[in-house]
Amino acid sequence: MPQLRRRPPAPTLILTALLVTPGLAGCAKAPDSGTFTVLNSATDTHEHAAQQEFFDRCAKPLGVRVRQTSVPADQVASKALRMASSHSLTDILELDGSELPQFADTGGLVPLKDAGVDVTGMSEGAVSMGSFRGTPYGIARSVNSLALIYNADLLREAGVEPPTTWDELKTAAKKLTRGRTFGMAFSATPDADGVYQFLPFFWSGGGDESRLDDGKGAPALQLWKDLVTSKSASSAVVTWNQQDVNDQFIAGRAAMMINGPWQVPVLGAHKDLKWEVAPVPVPEAGRPPVPPIGGTVMALPKTGDSGRQRTAAKILNCLNEQRNQVDWGESVYNVPTRTAAAAAYKAQNPKLGAFADQVATARSRTGRVGARWPVVSDALSGAFQSVLTGRATPETALKQAQSRATAGK
Amino acid sequence: MTTTVTTAVPAPSAPAKPAGPARERRRATLLRWCFVAPAALYMLAFFGYPLVRNILMSFQHYTPQTYFTGESPFNGLDNWRGVFDNPLFAQSLWHTLIFTFGSLLGQFVLGLALAVFFSRRFRLSGFVRAVLLLPWLVPMVVSAVVWRKLLDQETGVLNTLLMDLHLTSSAIPWLSSPNVALFAAILVNVWIGIPFNMVILYGGLQEIPRDLYEAAALDGAGAWRTFRSLTLPLLRPVVTVVLILGFMSTVKILDLILALTGGGPADSTQTLGTLTYQLSFQQLDFGQGAVVGNVLVLVSAVFAVLYLRANRSDFGQGK
Repeated sequence: MPQLRRRPPAPTLILTALLVTPGLAGCAKAPDSGTFTVLNSATDTHEHAAQQEFFDRCAKPLGVRVRQTSVPADQVASKALRMASSHSLTDILELDGSELPQFADTGGLVPLKDAGVDVTGMSEGAVSMGSFRGTPYGIARSVNSLALIYNADLLREAGVEPPTTWDELKTAAKKLTRGRTFGMAFSATPDADGVYQFLPFFWSGGGDESRLDDGKGAPALQLWKDLVTSKSASSAVVTWNQQDVNDQFIAGRAAMMINGPWQVPVLGAHKDLKWEVAPVPVPEAGRPPVPPIGGTVMALPKTGDSGRQRTAAKILNCLNEQRNQVDWGESVYNVPTRTAAAAAYKAQNPKLGAFADQVATARSRTGRVGARWPVVSDALSGAFQSVLTGRATPETALKQAQSRATAGK
Repeated sequence: MTTTVTTAVPAPSAPAKPAGPARERRRATLLRWCFVAPAALYMLAFFGYPLVRNILMSFQHYTPQTYFTGESPFNGLDNWRGVFDNPLFAQSLWHTLIFTFGSLLGQFVLGLALAVFFSRRFRLSGFVRAVLLLPWLVPMVVSAVVWRKLLDQETGVLNTLLMDLHLTSSAIPWLSSPNVALFAAILVNVWIGIPFNMVILYGGLQEIPRDLYEAAALDGAGAWRTFRSLTLPLLRPVVTVVLILGFMSTVKILDLILALTGGGPADSTQTLGTLTYQLSFQQLDFGQGAVVGNVLVLVSAVFAVLYLRANRSDFGQGK
């Protein structure tokens, strides 16, 4: 029929488009009853496989399977939000500890107790990291923190003991700075890396993230500034992320660094490098260090299916049995959150003892400011960046930070 | 030697169609709309809808809660006030302007110089031109990460080179000083943008008839005079296109700066692009993020209109 060919059936096209569009919006996949879904940031092949092994270990006895969806760490939150708006959130959501309050605040997560997940026997810091307004919403299998990692050979050559106080740190860093090697390295980038590294100094000095301008945080800023002005640390620290700091340390261009246990596999691969771990130095001898606690927490989104939720809760409980926690902690070099598991972990990995000890006194980033943490974190990074680049004194930087953290809120 | 000039043979004019009945004409109109309809629908769905949503969002209290509850109450000008009160906004706007115009200037001047250089034929010209295209093929984030290593204050190749050549006595803090970082970012973006400018301008140069140059040479015009009075005026339509497209892709830049400096040190490389990212995806304040996004859309729209006008006057009426 030539006439029809000449006249494309446009009205039909439009009609079809109109009919199909609403259909598309509602075509979220119906969950398969035997498969449980997880959204996490295990994009690394090795980590993805390790996660799967633990999920399989816990899901098999329940007669179900677990399927992971992994996206880069900085995209988990936005991906989860998109899933939430289309009512297709996964059964288990693994978030960074610092992001949990924002999700709990939405009312979209099930309190762990209601779902039947048990957090007794876990370290206070770990429980606090997964809590929002005192209610646990997320459970951490393992946590990490920061410590001082030093090059044992370089310290011995310079006749320097690992520093325990800020003054010792400054003297030691100065002595260790020779030729192209800096005594000290840390990350001071304007993002989560830099803020995480600043917190052990800020908190141990008495700083309070909910009142940045109370003056107690200034000495920590001064310490960082002193290390850079005395050239014991490179002024390039404002551009070095934690990975860069580790690279500098491995290349022998830094004698000491602040870093976390996730660098252990990389450090361990360099057999000729003799590294040791010590707690982060404190302002005065005898004061306990207050490092930040970090890691991911697993939460249960409200999917409206209580049967599935109960099964998902069982999977979480199983993942957090002592043996599984120790095994998992060893596979990712993080410290188990069960106090008893942490002790077993420390006994089996004496070299990482400093990390295990740090975790005992470590503090959650979101404990005091909750869902406002991202704004506070931005303000803090603004403060140390402007001090390190000579744009402000510690006191003015913290005053500016406080107004930045409270602006428009 | 004589040059043969081929004159275009005028196309035989189509036989005039007898005006059909009204029904026939209506059908023709409908047919025309049917061809436009898919494109129009596509534009509405994928450009119109997000744009309208973004404008609406800038007047709404849009937070993570919204994704779960679907509620996003209108809050008037609160988001706009919040953004304009934020001292970072004015700074970012200023940095965006410096970054955009600095990048355009560098990209255009170097791109044009290279295009003119390569428009003369010589051995290996094609090969060198292909090599110069490489920056264009590398993903932006990869270039930024590589440049971050090259520009590192302590271990960067650039500083080592400059010091070995005794051009500077101490390492330049390319990315670690707030006074230099924006300049370094411009430098990297110029490097990335040169191929685009070169390719388009090279194409434009090829369009200029050779015999005009011969005529200019006969009239005794020197190289500079030829360039100024012949090349540049005839290249004008292409220059407009390059500059406006360059502007629109530079003003919204995000990935390069995020990977290079993350907006630091001390916010010295924050642009409107990074500010939108920070507000929307780090602080999860989507309303305020949308405000900055809208400002960017507005700025781009102004230049898009300029682009369309330039296109119409230069190409629409034939060259």
